[in-house]
Amino acid sequence: MTLRDLINKLLGREQASANTARERLQLVLAHDRVDMSSLTTDLLDKMRKEILDVVAKYVEIDFEEVAVSLETEDRMTALVANLPIKRTLSGEIKFKKNDKINKADKDIKK
Amino acid sequence: MAENTRTILICSGKGGVGKTTLTANLGIALANSGATTAVLDADFGLRNLDLLLGLENRIIYTAQDVLDKNCRLDQALVRHKKEPNLALLPAGDPRMLDWMKPEDMKKISELLSEKFDFVLVDCPAGVEDGFKNALAACKEAIVVTNPELSAVRDADRVIGILNTSDIEPIQLVINRVRPNMMANQEMLSIEDVQGILSLPLLGIVLEDEQVIISTNRGEPLTLTDSSSPAKKCYLNVSQRLTGKDVPIIDPKNEGKSIKDRFMRLMQTKIF
Repeated sequence: MTLRDLINKLLGREQASANTARERLQLVLAHDRVDMSSLTTDLLDKMRKEILDVVAKYVEIDFEEVAVSLETEDRMTALVANLPIKRTLSGEIKFKKNDKINKADKDIKK
Repeated sequence: MAENTRTILICSGKGGVGKTTLTANLGIALANSGATTAVLDADFGLRNLDLLLGLENRIIYTAQDVLDKNCRLDQALVRHKKEPNLALLPAGDPRMLDWMKPEDMKKISELLSEKFDFVLVDCPAGVEDGFKNALAACKEAIVVTNPELSAVRDADRVIGILNTSDIEPIQLVINRVRPNMMANQEMLSIEDVQGILSLPLLGIVLEDEQVIISTNRGEPLTLTDSSSPAKKCYLNVSQRLTGKDVPIIDPKNEGKSIKDRFMRLMQTKIF
């Protein structure tokens, strides 16, 4: 927020148009950059299941705590999977919780 | 002759943001600094670079003729009389029937690379075939945009495509900057645009009526001895492109009156 924004706010005036422009642009670009409409729902669910199946073959996962999501930063969109591991299948080693695993790190483009 | 030719794509996505004007002025400025420079108009449907350079009456052949072996490259190149280091090559003719392919453009840029230090490719607007053809001819890119929503959005699309190619570096020029509007926060700031597009900033060009006047005359600003703000910016971009360590022109320093200073104070980020 700039000094001008503060004064505008105090006086109940409309914010400077550059701010509006920036906000609108960020929104539209977030949409343009990743056409996630198809990814956020069905595809992401499918992907989550398959990733879990693969990982579950080797280690026991805490299914309650699993989180698979898309995170966008700068121009990159990353698929971030957080799969807390309870133990290996042999049951000997106890892994620490919240091991963050970046399953895939790729730019998603149309 | 030139071994490390820099072939640079000048693109924007949106039309009318100043690609051709930048190509013409940068071409002249580079040529003037002693580098042999070719400007290639890759927009054969709607070509305009010839007009901006005042060379519209001197075009006989096009790059297409060179490829078809109707003429030699030397015959197709239009040398600028006032700046002999600069030559224009139109890619094709508006009446052309067979459209060029990326391989054709690549071939042309290779031919030009044998003779020139710089090859600036003025890209057509859009992200379709014309853009992809021009892209195939280049090793680096300059993305031109305006501090406006539609221009930035289209630039973002173009950058998305450039990022999937081997073009490197990709640099940004923000054109038609109005310092007063920026100071009033009624225009996206340089930081906004650069932050959103996350490209290294090569330079900015100030909005300037002289640009229109120079276009009317067919004499790029960098060729005239005017002291216009846009000319200063074009020269700055040219110097930075050739690796000179000069700072980018800061629009905040362009207004010196008390009002400008007050407006600058109002831009101070408080949190």
